[in-house]
Amino acid sequence: MDTKKYEELQEIARQSRAWIIRALAEANSGHPGGSLSATDILTYLYFQAMNINPDNPSDPKRDRFVLCKGHGAPALYTSLALRGYFPKDELLTLRKLGSRLQGHPDTRKLPGIDASTGSLGQGLSIANGMALAGKLDDQSYTVYALLGDGETQEGQVWEALMTASHYQLNNVIAFLDYNHLQIDGRIEEVKSGGNFASRFRSFGWHVLEVNGHDFYAIDEAVIAAKQEKYAPSMIIAHTIKGKGVPFMEGKAKWHGKAPNKEEALEALKLLGASWEEI
Amino acid sequence: MLKKATRDAYGETLVELGHLYDNVIVLDADLSKSTKTELFAKEFPERFFQMGIAEQDMLATAAGLALCDKVCFVSTFAIFAAGRAFEQIRNSIAYPKLNVKICATHAGVTVGEDGGSHQAIEDIALMRAIPNMTVIVPADAIETAKALHAIYKHEGPVYFRLGRPAVPFIYNDDFEFKIGKANKLREGTDAAIIATGIMVACAIDAAKILADKGLNVQVWDMATIKPLDLEAIKEAAKTGAIVTAEEHSVIGGLGSAVAEASAEYAPAFMSFVGLKDCFGQSGTPEELLEAYNLTADNIAKTVLEVVDKKSSS
Ligand SMILES: Cc1ncc(C[n+]2csc(CCOP(=O)(O)OP(=O)(O)O)c2C)c(N)n1
Ligand SMILES: [Mg+2]
Repeated sequence: MDTKKYEELQEIARQSRAWIIRALAEANSGHPGGSLSATDILTYLYFQAMNINPDNPSDPKRDRFVLCKGHGAPALYTSLALRGYFPKDELLTLRKLGSRLQGHPDTRKLPGIDASTGSLGQGLSIANGMALAGKLDDQSYTVYALLGDGETQEGQVWEALMTASHYQLNNVIAFLDYNHLQIDGRIEEVKSGGNFASRFRSFGWHVLEVNGHDFYAIDEAVIAAKQEKYAPSMIIAHTIKGKGVPFMEGKAKWHGKAPNKEEALEALKLLGASWEEI
Repeated sequence: MLKKATRDAYGETLVELGHLYDNVIVLDADLSKSTKTELFAKEFPERFFQMGIAEQDMLATAAGLALCDKVCFVSTFAIFAAGRAFEQIRNSIAYPKLNVKICATHAGVTVGEDGGSHQAIEDIALMRAIPNMTVIVPADAIETAKALHAIYKHEGPVYFRLGRPAVPFIYNDDFEFKIGKANKLREGTDAAIIATGIMVACAIDAAKILADKGLNVQVWDMATIKPLDLEAIKEAAKTGAIVTAEEHSVIGGLGSAVAEASAEYAPAFMSFVGLKDCFGQSGTPEELLEAYNLTADNIAKTVLEVVDKKSSS
C-alpha cells in the first residue's frame, strides 16, 4: 500500500467515524465503542481488500463480509454508504421504524449486507458456510468476518473455529476486534480469553497480530493471509474501543450508549467534522 | 402390515433430490447413520458435510451455504435441532428466511429406550412460534417422500419432523402432497379427528372403532402444522366436536394450533390427545405409546367424551 492510499483510507475512516457519531446521536441509541474500534478494519475491507461492486451487491463472485459482532452495524452501514451502496443521508434513519438500517444487520432489508447477525457467536459459522459454498462452486472469493473479543466467550465460536480448520477453509479471513472490553467490563475480568493467539493456533488457524488502527499493518496481514494454502486465517487486531473520540476511548460505558447532541458535537469537533457537513 | 420409518424414506428421497438438483447440500452432526443422511453422503460425498457434534455451528453453517444459493437439508435428532440450536434457527435461518430445511428425526416418545432426554415433545411448539417457518410432520413413508420434493421447491425454512420406528403406510404412490393442505382420510359428521405424524394411523383406527359404535367420524391428516389449513379446520368444526392427536406435548403443538384457529374462525368443542405436560421415559416405542395414551383406543374414548359435551350443551 502506498502513502496516497494510506492517507485516502485515513480520510474515509475519519468521515466514517463522524457519520457513526451523527447516526447514533440521531437514533439516540446504538453502540459507539465497538463501531469505532472496528472502523479502520471495515474501511480497509470495503475500500481496499474486498472485490465488490455496489451496483451489483449480490454478484455470486463477490467477496463477502460477515459482521459477527452485529452491534457494530453503524460502522458497516457507514462503510457501505461511503462506498456507494446507498445515499449517505439514509444513515440518519438508523434504528428508526421502517428503516433498512436495522439495529443489527438485516440481509433481507439492505443490499450489501451479506448476513443477518446480532446474536453473538453465530457469524463465524455463517462465514464458514459461505466459504464451503465457494469451494464447492470453484469460486475464488474470500469470506471476511469480524468477531468481538467478548464474543469468543460463546462456545459456538470454537465449534466454528474447528469447522474452518477441519475443512481447510483458507478462503476465510477473520479479524478479532481485540479491544479488551465488553459490556460489563474488561474481558480479562468478565471471562478471560487467555492467550488468544495460541488458542486460535491450537485450533488449526493461521494467526497474525496487528495494530487494528494501522492500515499498513492490516494490509500486510491480509496479503499474508491470502497466501495461506490450507488454514483459515485469524488476524488479531489490537484495537481501542471508542477509537477516534478521546472521551470514549477505552471506556466500557460507551459500549452501548449513544452520545447526546452536546457530546456528539464535541465528538465531531474532535474528529474534525461538523454536524451539517461531514 | 407393511411398515417403513419416515427417516428411511427421508434418506432415500435425499438421494433422489441429490440427483435432480445440483444445489442440494446435506449436513449432519454425527448421527448420519440414524438420520439416514449417510445414504446421501455415500452417493454425493462432496455435497455432504459432517459437522461433528456441534448442532449450533451446523445450523448456522447451513445458513451461510444457503446465502450462497444452496438448498440445505440439515439433520440431527429433533431434540438437538429444535432444542439445542433453537436460536441459530431463529436468528440465522428464519429471520433472513433462508433455504435451510431442518429435517429432524427421532421426534417424540417413539425414540424409545434412550428415554426422556432424547424425546423431543416440544419441538413443534418451538418451531411453530418462529415467523417465516413452515412446519411439516408426515404420517408415513410416502408422504415423507412427496413432502420432501415440495419442501425443496418451497422458498424459505422448513422444519420437517421425522420418527424413528417403522410406521404403517397410509398413502399409495399417486398421493399428491401440497404444503398447507390437510388431507381428509375419512368422511363423517359426528366428530372430527385431526391428527399429525404417526397419530394419523391411530386416528384412522379410532374412527373404525367409533364406526362400530355407530358414530361417523371425520379423519384429517394435518401434515402441515404451519401454515395451518383453515378450510380443513372450518370443515372439521362443522361437526361441532374436534379431537386432535399428536406425539407431542398438548402445549403448543398441533392441538394448540387447531384450537387457536377454531377459537377465532370456527368454534367447536375440543379435546387433545398428546403428552399431558410431562416428559417421556425409557421403554419400547409400543410400550411408551400405550403408557402415554397415544393410542387409537384413547382417541376413540376422547372423541366420545367430546361428543357427549356437544350433545349436552
Ligand atoms: C448471544 C448474545 N448474548 C448477548 C448479547 C448482548 N451483547 C451485545 S454486545 C455485547 C458485548 C460484546 O462484546 P465484544 O464482543 O467484546 O464486542 P465489542 O467490544 O467489539 O463491542 C453483548 C453481551 C448478544 N448480542 N448476543
Ligand atoms: Mg470487546
